[in-house]
Amino acid sequence: MNPCTFSRSLPVPLLFAISVAAVGDILASEPEVSYERIRSSNTEPGNWLTYSGQYNGHRHSSLSQINTGNVFQLKPAWVYQSREAGKIETSPLVIGDVMYITEKPHIVTALDTRTGRPLWCYRRPPAEGVPACCGPVNRGLAVLEDALYHLTFDAKLLALDLQSGRLRWEVSVADYRDGYSCTVAPLAVKDKIIVGISGGEFGIRGFLDAYDARTGERAWRFYTVPGPGDPAFGTYEGDSWMTGGAPTWVTGTFDPELNMLYWGTGNPSPDYNGDLRKGDNLYSCSLLALDPDTGKLRWHFQHTPHDTRDWASCQVPVLVDAQVDGVPRKLVVQANRNGFYYVHDRVTGAFVRGVPFIPQTWAKGLDAAGRPIPAPHSEPTPEGNLIYPGLSGATNWFSPSYDAANGLFYVQAQEEYGMYYYKMEAAYSPGRNFEAGGTRPVAGEEPFTIVKALDVTTGTLRWQFRMEGEARGGIVSTAGGLLFTGNAEGAFFALDAVTGKPLWHFQTGGQIWANPITYLSGGKQQVAIAAGQGIFVFELP
Amino acid sequence: MLIVLLQSGVAVCHGKSSDEREQSGAAALSASLQEGQTLYLAHCSACHGPGGEGGKGPTLALPSLPRAGTDEQLRRIIRGGISGSGMPRSELSSEKIARVADWVRHLGTRPVEKIPGDISSGRKLYQGRGGCVQCHTIDGIGKAIGPDLTDIGLRRSPDYLRMALLEPEADIPQTYSGYNRYLSLRENFLQVRLVTQDGRSFFGVRVNEDTFSIQIRDLENQIHSFYKAELTELHKDRGKSPMPSYRDAFTANEIDDLVAFLHSLIGRRTSR
Repeated sequence: MNPCTFSRSLPVPLLFAISVAAVGDILASEPEVSYERIRSSNTEPGNWLTYSGQYNGHRHSSLSQINTGNVFQLKPAWVYQSREAGKIETSPLVIGDVMYITEKPHIVTALDTRTGRPLWCYRRPPAEGVPACCGPVNRGLAVLEDALYHLTFDAKLLALDLQSGRLRWEVSVADYRDGYSCTVAPLAVKDKIIVGISGGEFGIRGFLDAYDARTGERAWRFYTVPGPGDPAFGTYEGDSWMTGGAPTWVTGTFDPELNMLYWGTGNPSPDYNGDLRKGDNLYSCSLLALDPDTGKLRWHFQHTPHDTRDWASCQVPVLVDAQVDGVPRKLVVQANRNGFYYVHDRVTGAFVRGVPFIPQTWAKGLDAAGRPIPAPHSEPTPEGNLIYPGLSGATNWFSPSYDAANGLFYVQAQEEYGMYYYKMEAAYSPGRNFEAGGTRPVAGEEPFTIVKALDVTTGTLRWQFRMEGEARGGIVSTAGGLLFTGNAEGAFFALDAVTGKPLWHFQTGGQIWANPITYLSGGKQQVAIAAGQGIFVFELP
Repeated sequence: MLIVLLQSGVAVCHGKSSDEREQSGAAALSASLQEGQTLYLAHCSACHGPGGEGGKGPTLALPSLPRAGTDEQLRRIIRGGISGSGMPRSELSSEKIARVADWVRHLGTRPVEKIPGDISSGRKLYQGRGGCVQCHTIDGIGKAIGPDLTDIGLRRSPDYLRMALLEPEADIPQTYSGYNRYLSLRENFLQVRLVTQDGRSFFGVRVNEDTFSIQIRDLENQIHSFYKAELTELHKDRGKSPMPSYRDAFTANEIDDLVAFLHSLIGRRTSR
C-alpha cells in the first residue's frame, strides 16, 4: 500500500494526512533539527538538512565511502515512483534514516531510506488555475526543529509535523489569482523561514519574505522592485514598477558569521520588450545581500541591467573563502544564466571578476564595475534577433557544486544554444500572462550540455565533460573524489572530480530535472536523484 | 427649402457617419491583419515561408487547407499543434491566435501556383527506377532509413520536395527543435559512421543517443546499439545525407512527376 495513492473518484477532505507504517523507532530516535545543527551541517554529513546541504551552497559532501576506486560497483538500492504524473524537481532532505521529498502538485512524502517505503504522506487537492509559466513543480522543503516547511504551488506556506506530516499551520504568501506562485524550497535561518516567490511572466511585484517558524507570522518582506521612497526607486519608467517582476524562485544561501542572506532575483516584467519599462529595472536579475533578521538590504549587484532575454540571476550564490591575488577573501560566486561567471566580495558586494563561461553574443564584455557592455544586435526585435545564449540560459536553477579541497566550481552549462528573441506589445491584466514577446529556436540546431569544472576564483576552465541533450541537472561533489549529475536524457552518472573522466553511469529512463544529494542510510552512503516521476537511490553492494 | 436643407444635412451627416464607420472598420481590419502578419512572421514563417509558400512546413497560401477546412479548425491547430509532426502548440492568447489564423486565410487569397507533373508517372518512378522504397516508407511499406512519406504532401511544400530531390543535403529532415527537445527519441536522420574496438565499421542514421550510448539504423534497415566506450571512432556527419541527388538521374520532367506524386500523398485513409 502506498499512503500517497489518491483516488480522484472518491470525495476528498480538503486537507488530510495519513500515517500507515510503524515508524516510531526511526523517526522518534532522531533529535530535532536546531538552527545550530543546520549551521554546522558539515559536521554531520550523514544527513542532508538544508536545500544545498550547507548554508554556503556548496552541495559538497565529506562522505567518501563511495569513491573513485569503487564507484563502478554502484547499484540501485530502490526506486520510489510518484503516483502523480509529471516531472519531479525536488531536492530531498534526509534526517536520520528518513528522506523527505515533495511531489507535484502538493504532496510531501517521508521515505524510509533503507527500504524506499513511504512512511507518511501529506497531500491536499491541487489548486486549480494557478497561472504559472512552467507547471506545478516544487524543489523541496526546509526543516527547523520538529517541523517541515513546504510552499504550495498556489503560494501558501505550510508547517508540517516532522514525525507525522500533519498540518500545523498555513499562511498565504500571496494571492495566486494575481499571478503569484511558489516552486522554491524555503530556507530556515535562525527562527525564521525565508520564502521566495515565482511569477515573473505574470507581472507580479517580486519580494522575499521571512516568517516566524513557530507561528507563521510574517516577520518582514523585502520588495525586489522598490517602491516610492527607496533609493533605487525610479529605475522602472513611470508606473511600470508596479508590475515589475523580479521573482525570487531559487533558494539562496546564508553566511552565519556575517549574518548575511544571499538571494538571486529573476527577470523584470514584462519579458522581452524593455520599451515598456525603460531603465535598469532594479533589483531584477540581481544578487541581493540582506539582513536575515530585518530584511534590510546590505548590498546588491545587477548582472543584467534592463534584461530583455529572461536571464534571471536566480542561480545558487555559492559562498567561498579563497585567496584572490594572494589575499584571503570572503567571496560569493555565481555562474549566471547570462553566460558570465561572477566573483564578488560577499562582505561589500564589490565586483572582483566576471568572465564568460560559454560563448555568448550579447555583451562585448564587462566594464571595470562589472556592468555588461552591450554588443550590437543583442536586443529582441519584432522579427526576432538571434542571440546566444537562448532562453534557458548558459545555466539555470539547478545547483552547481564547489569542492573547497581542490578549489573547483562545477556547473552544468549549455553551449551552441541560441534563440531568436522577438518582442511584441502586451497589456497587463492581473493573473494573465504578461510576456511582451518570446523566443523561437534555431531550426536544426542541437544544443548540448557540458559539465564544466572552473577555477573558483578565476573562472578558468579546468576540464569539461560533454553530454547530449539539454542541461537540467544539479551537481553534488564528494570527498570520494567524485561528482554526480545527470540531465534530460535520463543518464545519471559519476565523474572523476579532478579529471572529469566518466567512472559510472545508470540510465534512469526519465528526464533528470533535479539536484542530487548524498547521505548515510544505516551507516551506508547513498546517492539520490529525482528522475522522471521517481526518486532513484544508489549504494554500493 | 429649409426642410430640404435639413434633410440634406441629415443625409450628409448620416453619410459622413457611415464613412467614418467604414474607415475605422477598414483601419481596424488592416491593423488586425498587420498584427497577424507580424505574429506570423515571428512564429510561423521559419517553417511555412514568409508568404506562406511553404518550406519545412506545408504551403499555407492555398484557398483551402487540407487539415483546416474551417477557421475554428485552423485556430485549433495553431493552438494545439499537430501531434507527431513538427507543428508545435502555441502559447499565444486566443486573440493573437485568431489574428494569425486571419493572416493565414489572407495568404490563401493569393493566386495558387499550379504544380506541373504527372502523378502516376511519378508513382512509377518512386516504386521503380528511383529506388525510393529502399529508404522510405509509404503506408508502412519500404525501409525506414529516411522519413516516412505517407502524408508528405501535407507536411512539405512542392518547392521543398523539389529541393530535397535535387539537393538532399540542403536541409536534413529532423524533429529536434526547442519545442520538442524533451523527446528522448529523436528522428533527425543524422548520418553516423563508427568503428568498434574489434575493428568493425558501421554506417547509418542515428536512431537515438545519450551521453554513454548510441543506436543507429544501417542502410539494410538493421538497428545496432553501442556503448560509446566500445567504439574507437564515432563521426556525426552533420549536414550530410545518405540520399543521392536525382539531378542527373532524372530529367526535369521526371522530377516534376515525382514532385507531383509526393505532393499527392496526404495520408492513409482510415477505413470506416
